[in-house]
Amino acid sequence: MKLTRRILFGAVASAMALGLAPGMLAAEPRQGGELVIISTQAPRHLNPAVQSGIATGVPGTQIFASLLRYDDEWNPQPYLAESWEWADDGLSLTVNLVQNAVFHDGEPITSSDVAFSIMTIKANHPFQTMFAPVEEVETPDDHTAIFRLSHPHPALLLALSSALSPIIPEHVYGDGQDVANHPANNEPVGSGPFRLVEFRPGEQITLERFDDFFIEGRPYLDRMIIRIVRDPSTLVLAMEAGEADMLPYFSESQGIRRLEGVSGLDFTTRGYEGIGALNWLAFNTRREPLDDVRVRQAIAYAVDRDFIINALHRGTSEPQRGPIIESSPFFNPEIEAYDLDVDRANALLDEAGHERGSDGNRFTLTIDYIPGTAEQQQNVAEYIRSQLRRVGIDVDVRAAPDFPTWAGRVSSGDFDLTMDLVFNWGDPVIGVHRTYLSSNIRPVIWSNTQGYANERVDALLDEAAQEVDAERRTALYAEFQEIIADEVPIYFLNVLPYHTFHDDRLSNIPVSIWGAMQSMDEVYWSEDR
Amino acid sequence: MGTIRYIFRRLGYGLILMVGVVVLNFLLIHAAPGDPAEVIAGEMGGITEQMMADIRARYGLDRPLPVQLGIYLANIARFDLGMSYYFDRPVSQLIGQRIWPTVLLVLTAQVIAIFLGVVMGVLASRRPNGPFSGFVSVFSTVGYAAPVFWTGLMLIILFSVIVPMFPVEGMSSARFRGGGFAYALNVAHHLVLPATTLAIIFLAQYARLSRASMIEVLGADYVRTARAKGLGEGPVIFRHALRNAVLPILTVAGIQFGNLISGALLVETVFNWPGMGRLAFDSVLRRDYPTLLGVLFCASGVVVLANLVTDLSYRLADPRIRTGGR
Repeated sequence: MKLTRRILFGAVASAMALGLAPGMLAAEPRQGGELVIISTQAPRHLNPAVQSGIATGVPGTQIFASLLRYDDEWNPQPYLAESWEWADDGLSLTVNLVQNAVFHDGEPITSSDVAFSIMTIKANHPFQTMFAPVEEVETPDDHTAIFRLSHPHPALLLALSSALSPIIPEHVYGDGQDVANHPANNEPVGSGPFRLVEFRPGEQITLERFDDFFIEGRPYLDRMIIRIVRDPSTLVLAMEAGEADMLPYFSESQGIRRLEGVSGLDFTTRGYEGIGALNWLAFNTRREPLDDVRVRQAIAYAVDRDFIINALHRGTSEPQRGPIIESSPFFNPEIEAYDLDVDRANALLDEAGHERGSDGNRFTLTIDYIPGTAEQQQNVAEYIRSQLRRVGIDVDVRAAPDFPTWAGRVSSGDFDLTMDLVFNWGDPVIGVHRTYLSSNIRPVIWSNTQGYANERVDALLDEAAQEVDAERRTALYAEFQEIIADEVPIYFLNVLPYHTFHDDRLSNIPVSIWGAMQSMDEVYWSEDR
Repeated sequence: MGTIRYIFRRLGYGLILMVGVVVLNFLLIHAAPGDPAEVIAGEMGGITEQMMADIRARYGLDRPLPVQLGIYLANIARFDLGMSYYFDRPVSQLIGQRIWPTVLLVLTAQVIAIFLGVVMGVLASRRPNGPFSGFVSVFSTVGYAAPVFWTGLMLIILFSVIVPMFPVEGMSSARFRGGGFAYALNVAHHLVLPATTLAIIFLAQYARLSRASMIEVLGADYVRTARAKGLGEGPVIFRHALRNAVLPILTVAGIQFGNLISGALLVETVFNWPGMGRLAFDSVLRRDYPTLLGVLFCASGVVVLANLVTDLSYRLADPRIRTGGR
């Protein structure tokens, strides 16, 4: 097992960091121009240290740099950290910072800012597992930071990348005010390739090139504008009319099919592996008859994943069989897929003692869904209703007028079945464990609201969280995925069909595992627009 | 003197109405399930119970409802609309940023609707059974019946995509930099489709109303007298008939102002117009109580003012009202 890794900062590594296709390296990038990105997501503020999510993540990673970034094959690459080294016991990580980095106000970025940022994130970020084992960050000199851990924590490197760990200025945020509500969250002094010019909440974010960015010659673009357009139809038409240059995180199939045919536009489905957005059907395993694994399996066999993907999503989404996104190196392709098998579903329900009544029904369930994303949620819920009727399960589809209503029902356990949309967030420790650990059965959404408890799963996840050997860790997750597949607390449907549409004259579209949620300093116009 | 007293009395009633609107909506939105902490948790991709509790404590959501209402009203009395839960900045700042786009959109739509509506109505009234009159009736009915978002999307597809004359979305181009006259032109270019969409619904009503009103007035004795004096058709219609026929239009214009603002909500959503309607709509979904209540407070203020202006212009146009009919 190799615990030590040292990567020198260099041009090739840097190009790899960005997940560039080899052919792209040949062209000489051009300086200048502006990029207009459109998005439905309106950020609350611009500080990803205290706010997760795509809305803040996209502008936040342009404004703030992190220690590491990731390429398109899940490898960490240098960014603010020019090199890093694990201790042999896995209990400390030494990070060496680049020498020339400054914040947007000209102050140097030092190890003290790193320590401050990590401890701020640990105290305020919703993903508590990212830095829970970090006891302190020592700063022996201005350009060295040593992370001291209470136990080995292989997820640490990923947690130090992208939107998860922005390096924020201590001299701004360390003034004693609550960072979660700090006025500088709306007018940040950043460390990344672009600095903020104007933030009009719910409307537009205007960024411009930071001339003193620590990577020579970057960014290539002079300006970046993130325009917020709430209505998806308008979004598509604006893209079609050339009013914007890039549309990331777009998942609506009708719009996808429409934009695919527009000349002058290109698209990619890469860049969404890190976020790992999974669409699934969750069971409330505390309620009868769903506490019986045979009933859950029967429901899984009765639903046709292929129909959902090919008919409801017009073939735009990819199937998902387990709790870890299939494009992750941790995914176990051997698990039971639960392809459509109505006879088996009926047999399992009979075996579980749920005979059909005189009306042909065995029992009645409710199904909830997240409002607002009809294609991924409501339509699938309606389809599941009709499909389950075939095996004698009567289903009431319960509409929720808005997100808080749905969230209130699910977090309080007031549901039988619910559609859900949950992100993996790169490392299983960050985005996967929370759904299955019995210690995380809590009254908040996107915890273990299924009420699922299995001692072996708890043990496997605890061990995998601390296992530094990649092969051994993969094996632990493989067993975990087998158990989840057998016990079906969740029936996995598909990966959200995120697409990035863009003007075909744009080069180096972000395709690393973090996509548009990683610095876009390498994006350039190959010819004038 | 009477007019001034009248204005103050109306403003007093208006203020009571605005407080009523705020209290009613405060209670309504708090009756809805879920709270802002859930929305923020959703935006964050899940948060801990402690963080939920912190958010609730920070915004005073853990206090009894009457206490929250009392605090809110006391703040309103000091013209403090509070902080947006979602955007974490003063509501007055958000509204200050959004109110002018809405006012611009609504007033432009109102002017287009009244002007075109009256012209169409007057022309139609000259031959009540003629083909133009029929066209006005059909156009009015269709314009009124078609959903705003459909009309808006059709106009975008026609005039922004198929024939790219106007921009699809926004109040100014994302790429536009600069100010002054060039900015005004850019905004005017962006304003055409949303203002037309909003105007089409109300234009229908003004056209029908002025047509009916003109038909009635044109049959009146004083119009016959004017014609008998040998006056030309122009002066008869515009000086004698229209001035009388316009009174009901003024009344309807005042009443419609509130509807225009609610219509603006949909138009703002379709055209991505950065106004108060969109802010209100998003605030409902986000359970951003202070922002929603702030918008409603201001919108009801605008409606109260618009009605007052209508009444005053009515008094100006018709001396009988000023003198109480004596």
